[in-house]
Amino acid sequence: MAASIVLPGEQVPAQHVNLKLGPGLLQLSSETQQQAKSAPVIATRSGVLNHSANKSKWWVEGNSRRYVPAPQESVIGVITGRSGEGWRVDIGSAHPASLDGLAFEGATKRNKPSLKVGSLIYARVSLAHKDMEPELECFDAQTHKADGFGELKDGFVLQCSLQMSRLLLDPKHFLLPLLGSRFPLEAAVGMNGKVWVSTKEIKHTIAIVRCIEAVDPDGGGIDETNVKKFLSKLDI
Amino acid sequence: MRPPSPSIPEKKFLYDALKQSLRLDGRDMLDLRTPTFTFGPELGWVECAMGKTRVIAQLDAKMVKPLPERPFEGIITIHSEISPMASPDYEPGRPSEEEVTLTRMLDKVLRRSDAIDKESLCILAGQRVWQLRLTVHVLADAGNILDCSCLAGIVAFKHFRKPEVEVIGDEVIVHSPSERAPISLAIHHTPFCVTFAFFPDALTRPVVDPSLLEQRLSAGLMSIAMNAQREICVLHKAGGVPTAPEEVLRLINVASILVKDLDKRVEAKLLEDWEGRKVEVR
Repeated sequence: MAASIVLPGEQVPAQHVNLKLGPGLLQLSSETQQQAKSAPVIATRSGVLNHSANKSKWWVEGNSRRYVPAPQESVIGVITGRSGEGWRVDIGSAHPASLDGLAFEGATKRNKPSLKVGSLIYARVSLAHKDMEPELECFDAQTHKADGFGELKDGFVLQCSLQMSRLLLDPKHFLLPLLGSRFPLEAAVGMNGKVWVSTKEIKHTIAIVRCIEAVDPDGGGIDETNVKKFLSKLDI
Repeated sequence: MRPPSPSIPEKKFLYDALKQSLRLDGRDMLDLRTPTFTFGPELGWVECAMGKTRVIAQLDAKMVKPLPERPFEGIITIHSEISPMASPDYEPGRPSEEEVTLTRMLDKVLRRSDAIDKESLCILAGQRVWQLRLTVHVLADAGNILDCSCLAGIVAFKHFRKPEVEVIGDEVIVHSPSERAPISLAIHHTPFCVTFAFFPDALTRPVVDPSLLEQRLSAGLMSIAMNAQREICVLHKAGGVPTAPEEVLRLINVASILVKDLDKRVEAKLLEDWEGRKVEVR
């Protein structure tokens, strides 16, 4: 799989019968062309262009700190106000997102969750277009069960780069299991670069925050052995 | 646009941590982030970084006619603007409260404290003086851009060299740096700014050099600008938590120790940079 670096606006040679475009790529629609094959595909983010072995799936992998909402991504948001029946949520994107009051498991008109301005929620992006406000939901798409979505109480939320949050969501990454072996912790990772952690002691949470900031590719990106050395220096 | 207030868990966690004198980046309550300096190829260009907060200061000089009421003094202007590059919370065009504080403090600390001797900027009385223009760009805001900007500003003044000027009768000859070595500005004293953040809980002690979250959640800020000779240039406390005089004096003492360290560090860095440059003409 050859990889090359692209900049936003560059045309990408992505052509396939069943073409699937991942994050960072956009197909420009053209009214004159009749076949979808000849509509040009351009990159919207800077990064490394990757494609699958059979060239049907293409995507751009890059690192940034500003989040662009995409559907079915789990994000952490802060409630900034009420808007009608629902809430206005800040997820770090260009537009504030809206969360409907009924978009929770088991919510009815009489039984709505009590969220205050400033509460943290873990939600799924259900609708995201580049010109509209994104919409969030607090339940799983198929099962309509909470499945971990909803309000996050206590703990602490920190900001990291988007690549770091993708690394943390990867089950093979070393950091969270390494920290979990030292002390019990609970974590929720948002694809918008926000990570919520909760432990029993303040110094444990501070240790996690400092480790994540150290491992973040933006801030140095130290590896596993150095993280172990770093942890031994902290007072846990 | 007001920056969004931090979420409830962040607030609760920070206050609880500060009650135990624990800071989120592992610093002590009275620890500064160590500043690092990068000097540009031009003299008078410096980038100051304190942790993730980064500020660039650049000094230019040109010859102008002096103000009619002050024919023997040069002119110093400071231009600072916080663009959205520093943080998505700043809007272009509309000065936020923080920007106004920054502009006023820079003015007081660098210009009105008479750190730079204006009379030495005079070339030909009543006709030609040097106008120094300091431009401060805030690249990234991770808390306490005020201290970082003041530091970058004063280091830029110390780093800058003005071209040598010869006055014969009424004629003014400006020598280029390759002909005659440029000369440094006459600086009377070096003021440094140290900011303290107070919190609503009475038992929580103030912290030095607040990070972004600490600054947003603070109940009040106090900035002290002083030099290594223990002279206070500016003491800025705009509202916030009422503070007893003994506490203010104690913090002034803390600041004076930090400023002495800063002064040594700045001098060492400037010397190191100067040795790496070849400005002398043999």
